Amino acid sequence: MADHDFEPEIIVFACHYCAYAAADLAGSMRLQYPTNIRMIKLPCTGKLEIIHLLKALEAGADGVYAAGCMEGECHYLKGNLWARKRVEYAKTLLVELGIEPERVEMYNMSSAMGARFAEVANEFTERIRQLGPSPLRGDGAALDVVPATVAATAEEGQPT
Amino acid sequence: MKSGSNLEKIFEAGKFAVTAECGPPKSADGNVIVDKAKLLSGVVDAANITDNQTAVVRLCSMVSAHLAADNGLEPIMQMTCRDRNRLAMQADILGAAALGIKNILCLTGDHGCFGNHPQAKGVFDLDSIQLIRMYKNMRDEKIFDCGEEISVAPQLYIGCAENPFADPFEFRALRLQKKVNAGVDFIQTQCIFNIPKFKKWMEEVRALGLHKEVRIMAGLTPLKGAGMAKYMKNFVPGMDVPDEIVERMAAVEKGEPQQAEGKKIAVEMIKELAEVEGVAGVHIMAVEWEIAVPEIVAAAGLSPRPAVA
Amino acid sequence: MITAERKPLDELLAMLEGKDKVLVAGCDTCVAVCLTGGEKEAEILASELRIKAKADGRSVQIEHTSAIRQCEWEYLDMIAGKVAEFPVVLSMACGIGIQSMAEKFADTYVLPAVNTNMLGMPQEHAVWLERCGACGDCVLADTGGICPVVRCSKSLMNGPCGGSHAGLCEVTGPNKEEIPCAWALIYDKLMAQGRQEKLMEITPPKDWSKSSSGGPRKMVREEAKPV
Repeated sequence: MADHDFEPEIIVFACHYCAYAAADLAGSMRLQYPTNIRMIKLPCTGKLEIIHLLKALEAGADGVYAAGCMEGECHYLKGNLWARKRVEYAKTLLVELGIEPERVEMYNMSSAMGARFAEVANEFTERIRQLGPSPLRGDGAALDVVPATVAATAEEGQPT
Repeated sequence: MKSGSNLEKIFEAGKFAVTAECGPPKSADGNVIVDKAKLLSGVVDAANITDNQTAVVRLCSMVSAHLAADNGLEPIMQMTCRDRNRLAMQADILGAAALGIKNILCLTGDHGCFGNHPQAKGVFDLDSIQLIRMYKNMRDEKIFDCGEEISVAPQLYIGCAENPFADPFEFRALRLQKKVNAGVDFIQTQCIFNIPKFKKWMEEVRALGLHKEVRIMAGLTPLKGAGMAKYMKNFVPGMDVPDEIVERMAAVEKGEPQQAEGKKIAVEMIKELAEVEGVAGVHIMAVEWEIAVPEIVAAAGLSPRPAVA
Repeated sequence: MITAERKPLDELLAMLEGKDKVLVAGCDTCVAVCLTGGEKEAEILASELRIKAKADGRSVQIEHTSAIRQCEWEYLDMIAGKVAEFPVVLSMACGIGIQSMAEKFADTYVLPAVNTNMLGMPQEHAVWLERCGACGDCVLADTGGICPVVRCSKSLMNGPCGGSHAGLCEVTGPNKEEIPCAWALIYDKLMAQGRQEKLMEITPPKDWSKSSSGGPRKMVREEAKPV
């Protein structure tokens, strides 16, 4: 049953060319989006490996999503397609582990879609709020490992 | 005379041979075979006693063959390469010969995945062609596969199956040549529905002169209903059932009428196949419908069976 | 190469029941190449097991390591220190590597994380097909380079059987995938090579005593042994 009192901790892997730029734009447009999301910038979502998704969950994240360019417009051509494949595979692993596959997701947006970035952040945070805290949180304690260790396996960056 | 079996004598006497098939029960009840033997005794020249057909465990062929022989039906024992290695196959043929069983059909065997024990290890120590040659050498050279002499050799009439409708089609007549080279005496084909295609195969067989070196029996399965026809057409691999036959069966009412039509088609086919040059007999595979065989044989003008010395 | 497939998760969990300190050991040769048990996959499996444990409220210490090749003593020396820290090792190597680990680390409880399945090759990326039966008596010269022992479902030496249809075997894969008939392939190949007469030769029964059927085999290179 959903625990509506908790604040989801969400990790976002955003690509430099589109999603991260969209996040910047959302900021410039003064659009509201939840502070629950913590961004990790990647040169391309194609850099995302399955282990990054798993480690994010291990670290206690309630949800993880990758945000890349629109399909067909990936700056590195197919990176976002690989990312989608890996997210789908990670979902199957979660099902096996008895964890809701909805806790990981793949989104696509262009650098001009500031509004979409905010929309996705709102949507996903709400989804996780409904799902409740990650079963790895045990008694609902806060994230016990700072995302830095997760980011250490990818390229770190924080929005200004 | 290689074995002196009734089947061999029929062929040697130049008569058109008729064989059927007998499925042993999935139990220790030998009476099932006894009843089938009594039904077919005198109706056919000999009958195949299947050997774990489609990899389903049944009372073994040798014992069933023995029970059949004791009840007036000459058996054609079957041996597959799936369930036995060369030791067992040699031991079993000595046993069969000791019991007076003379006809042996050498088969590769359906793969175990089709049966009720798909997890079993398929033996396949030999293939059917090696098996034919091994039995021929036991009979004629009086030696085991290892070369040792056999003091009392088995008297065998060696048969095998051939599928004119399997692929590669161009190789099928040559494959029969290979079996003839290995030493086979008679062959039974897979059941025929597409007579034109069978005739084409026979053309190639005759071109190689094989019909003079081996006795070829045309296989036939009487259809019990339109459902069976459709099933065989659509779901049995390698089965070539022309649309006209399915339509003929479906045009008639289910039950008795369809069964009658099935028997009628079978009789027509037997008559047509008997006219094909090189066909020395017919092999009627009435799967779990042995009861239809006497009627079909009679309607095809093949009763009573000739008595041969 | 040797290929293997990871055992289903519930089988692994059953094996690891009650074991809370586990080292997942990958191997960076064959199983890495077939994307089943290399360092990358070992890391993922360790993570999966930790996630499962956490979700179930169990406290565990599950780490991963990887050997260049688990079937060579020298490479096992390199991970010996790490292995010594754990009572249980879940090895993702093929059966050879797993057994080498078990022999070298005699006091460690070594478990198989994978089912070693075949000597296969990647026909296309990420698809492996069985190719060699390790029969000890290779006949590829006679069959146009196509193995009848392991690519024919019945290991026929004088195929095809009556179940061959449209170039396909009567047997289908576990998910009903089509299997090419090895003898249809051999027939086509020998015909293309102009070696029809080979097809008519009767190949005698195979000497299975040279295969594993004859007992576990051994190979020695006397000339390479140290003096």
